[in-house]
Amino acid sequence: MTRLLDIKDLHVGLPAGGQRQYAVESANLHLDANEILCVVGESGSGKSLTARAIMGLLPKPHVHIAKGQVNFQGEDLAAASEARLRQIRGSEISMIFQEPMTALNPVMTIGGQIDEVFRFHEKMPGHERRSRALKLLQDVQLPDPEQALGAYPHQLSGGQRQRAMIAMALALDPKILIADEPTTALDVTTQAQVLRLIKQMQETHGTGVVFITHDFGVVADIADRVAVMQNGLVVETGPTEEVLRRPSHPYTQALMAAVPSLIPRAARPRAEEKVLRVNALTKTYRGGGGLFGGKVRVVHAAKEVTLDLTRGETLGIVGESGSGKSTVARCIVRLNDAEAGEILLGDTDLRPLGRAAMRPHRAKIQMVFQDPFASLNPRSKVGRIIAQGPEMYGASRSEAREKALELLRIVGLDGRAYDRFPHEFSGGQRQRIGIARALALEPEILVADEPVSALDVSIQAQILDLLDEIRDRMNLSMIFITHDLRVAAQVCDRIAVMQSGEMVEIGPTAELFANPQHPYTTELLAAVPGKGWFSADGKALTEAS
Amino acid sequence: MAFWRLFARNRSAVMGMIILILIFLMAISAPLFFPADPFSLAGQSMSPPGENGFLLGSDSLGRDVAAGIAHGAKTSLLIGLLATLVAVFIGVIMGALAGYYGGIVDNLLMRTTEMFQTIPSFLFAILLVAIMKPSIESIVIAIAVVSWPAVARLVRGEFLSLRNREFVLACHTLGMGDVRIMLGEILPNCLSPIIVIGSLMVATAILIESGLAFLGLGDPNIMSWGFQIGAGRTLLRSAWWVCTFPGIAILLTVLAINLVGEGLNDALNPRLRDRS
Amino acid sequence: MEGSKRRARYVLKRLIQAVPIVLAIVVLNFFLLQLAEGDAVDVLAGEAGSATPEYMAELREKFGLDKPLIVQLGVYLKNVVTLDLGYSFRHDMPVSQLVFDRFIPTLLLMTSTIFLAVGLGIVLGLVAASGLNTWRDTAISIFALITYATPLFWVGLMLIVVFSLNLGWFPTSGMEDFAMFYEGWDRVVDIAHHLVLPTITLSLFYLALYTRLMRASMLEQAGQDYVTTARAKGLTERRIVFVHVLRNALLPVVTMAGVQVGALIGGSVIVESVFAWPGLGMLAFEALFARDLNLLLGIFLLSAVLVVAVNLVVDIIYSTLDPRIEMA
Repeated sequence: MTRLLDIKDLHVGLPAGGQRQYAVESANLHLDANEILCVVGESGSGKSLTARAIMGLLPKPHVHIAKGQVNFQGEDLAAASEARLRQIRGSEISMIFQEPMTALNPVMTIGGQIDEVFRFHEKMPGHERRSRALKLLQDVQLPDPEQALGAYPHQLSGGQRQRAMIAMALALDPKILIADEPTTALDVTTQAQVLRLIKQMQETHGTGVVFITHDFGVVADIADRVAVMQNGLVVETGPTEEVLRRPSHPYTQALMAAVPSLIPRAARPRAEEKVLRVNALTKTYRGGGGLFGGKVRVVHAAKEVTLDLTRGETLGIVGESGSGKSTVARCIVRLNDAEAGEILLGDTDLRPLGRAAMRPHRAKIQMVFQDPFASLNPRSKVGRIIAQGPEMYGASRSEAREKALELLRIVGLDGRAYDRFPHEFSGGQRQRIGIARALALEPEILVADEPVSALDVSIQAQILDLLDEIRDRMNLSMIFITHDLRVAAQVCDRIAVMQSGEMVEIGPTAELFANPQHPYTTELLAAVPGKGWFSADGKALTEAS
Repeated sequence: MAFWRLFARNRSAVMGMIILILIFLMAISAPLFFPADPFSLAGQSMSPPGENGFLLGSDSLGRDVAAGIAHGAKTSLLIGLLATLVAVFIGVIMGALAGYYGGIVDNLLMRTTEMFQTIPSFLFAILLVAIMKPSIESIVIAIAVVSWPAVARLVRGEFLSLRNREFVLACHTLGMGDVRIMLGEILPNCLSPIIVIGSLMVATAILIESGLAFLGLGDPNIMSWGFQIGAGRTLLRSAWWVCTFPGIAILLTVLAINLVGEGLNDALNPRLRDRS
Repeated sequence: MEGSKRRARYVLKRLIQAVPIVLAIVVLNFFLLQLAEGDAVDVLAGEAGSATPEYMAELREKFGLDKPLIVQLGVYLKNVVTLDLGYSFRHDMPVSQLVFDRFIPTLLLMTSTIFLAVGLGIVLGLVAASGLNTWRDTAISIFALITYATPLFWVGLMLIVVFSLNLGWFPTSGMEDFAMFYEGWDRVVDIAHHLVLPTITLSLFYLALYTRLMRASMLEQAGQDYVTTARAKGLTERRIVFVHVLRNALLPVVTMAGVQVGALIGGSVIVESVFAWPGLGMLAFEALFARDLNLLLGIFLLSAVLVVAVNLVVDIIYSTLDPRIEMA
């Protein structure tokens, strides 16, 4: 019997003169009907290019299929003409993408974009196309399908846009759906809904799905079979059960070990001394309106948030985008001005302080940022970036240099980094530099705003370990902002949950996970992908336990 | 030095650079080859190119077209550079303040640049020169006044996007002062686009200057290409060369500067390099 | 319809937003007038040959020129609102009448120029971008590069030399041939014939600008994600370019068309003076020579208002192209 999709010895060639000759090398993959194949890998593994190669959508002319076959029901698509590929695209094989905002044409209605698929592949009258489009939007459970038909992409939310994309991809009931990280840009609860939808659609239509992801949690939730890719090579394939429970390749093992467990680590004794108390902190943003009318939008970014932090403790603030978690962090370090409430550092209320009055307190609260590429000045040498803090507070040039060199060593970097520019370092190394900068003023409190969410899992684990080690060594207290409950479970002593500006729950990590009080916390916990799969030591749970 | 390698890879930019250097050499050597005042009568009037010892001919008053072009090069380059420097200086300060502080300063600046975009800028320049009386200074001021808003808009945009970058926020958490953040942290990161817009602005300034001079608003004591063309336009029928050669000089200069500007753009903005 | 009502409200909002800009220009105009050496009385006195200081003081009082600046500004504002732009002593006519007489030819020249420059620029940019790095692209790019560097007045003169003096295809100057007393359709043809060279001259620079912008915009849009989506749907390249990419690529070109209107009017001063086109630009050129500042400022004001009006039209066009514009 011919397979639905059979990829044999696929080589994807990169432009000459690059670091690698092939982005994907001798890949062998296959897919049957009614099956979900997850292709997992970190950035640069070649997983996305593999997906695009199937449909002949590689970025022309530099990247091309150099060798190998992509057999779709026995027909080699790698050798097919452009006209034949066009016939297949959208009708037999279709695709959804990571960022539904940019993947949809911003100046065309959703209905118009779905309509095109019908028009180009089948002859049918306009009213039938419309009714079928409407049916599709109903199937993907958009709240108001009639209205969505005439809506432009920017008028829908991220999750709704992805649903519309899915509707468009499934318009002609294709045999294969290729999904390239379709939930990565979405919040966890939305991600859970979209994953459920994809699974549901796949089951009712018997579609074969190639699902590209970097997240083992997602793999555990939806895959029937898994292929793991590293540096352009498929290092391991097999049924999900097998690969997750008994990974055979060292890379797969390492990746799985790096996935943080949802089971909170052992609680640590809590110190008495409170270093920071935040009382009823409130911050609102106003937008729109203006001189010529229009609705004034008021966003409560933080509504009477109250929390405290003891010495040596790590307090996690978790929530989805727009929950106000970053606003709270920024108000505490006084990057944003809250309009009401108290921020008590010791006995001093920092909230009303002006810039000059705030300056002596700056050193005590420092911040680590999310994006390792935006958080370092590309025009400054690493040494300057770290040493300028101490120099501003009176250290001499040589003292500051000594300090910077010592910090580089502490965060695990070579002293030679001192005279280099940020672009010479990888994401993980840059994050270490950012941490060194924050430590240079010997703060008491470190506020880390999503410090690992821009990093690959294997790097994530190293940075989390480093933060832990530094906290203990320097007796720091830490506020850790994250959207990832797995990460929170592994680093936080206590967790505060935020939703649309309000802190809905706060408590010790283990208690909160075991017995969530607020329905939103329950929802968040339920939405974590692959929650039943990974235990404390990072190994997949066996059936017995 | 990686910069020069990138720049040299762009062949048309190198060609522009060579033309520009030649024009520059012509400007500084003009008094050497044409020691006489370019306004003075040099011989037979209306001589076609190559006759009566005139390389590029002479006009109705017997002025040497070639001498005018050589001396005019200095005027064009000088006014182009000076006006650009003034415009960039004003534009950077205004744009930096508006982009960094936002709020009222920004609002005021945006309304001002909006107004400047609405005003026909060349007409405004004409008015300014006419009111101040034509001279090198008034021409430079007029060109700068109509040019700075473009720089201000650009710098504002850069500052606006950079001021919320995490590395700038990090400086705030260190307690760094505003001036130091603006000059030491943000400005170095937007030098590339400023250099590019500045170099392209020299070309525009030269075009404006030649237009003003063509209309008779040049400094009466200084030879200028626009003036030559303006003076020769009545001779179109009888002496085509009087208008033609200064025009080619303007064309070549502006073209060369544009090529160099684009080369700078490609070399300084690596993201855009592969686009075209 | 809900949509058309929203559009009407949007137009009204943009109209109201234009008021402070026009007002600012009027104020600027007033101060420029103050900046100029001498006032209307000096001019009058100059005209008359000689005048006693007492007589001049009397005149100043009569014109309100001895009042504080702020009062004068108020008077000026009131005058402008009632379309009184002062008096041109050279032409012995009110400025407003002079500029309105010359308004139509300039509008004609500008409209034809905008259509030629934007229309052809879009086509050329499209052709260049769709044949990236072919001879067509190279030819168009070189053409754009050269015209972008050419001074308007020189192009005008060279076109006259070639097409009027040597080939005799087009008239050298003016808007119509008064000696022929054309009427009706013949007159339209005659004016169109006169319009060709000025339009081409004024268009060339902007044509280059829009061509380059359109090419860059097409290339940028062609790399966007939604193009990959369109390809994944099995659409033909033709449809992708003409339906998906084109509409998105047009947006910056339309914006730029609005921004450049002001510059276009500035350019018309030169082109009109080269071709003796009897519009505002030509009038400005004459006023410049006669040192008639009052008239010059009147032209300045009217052309600024013209730019505001054209910008409004461009905004409305833009809002139909880009659904993301908030019209509320």
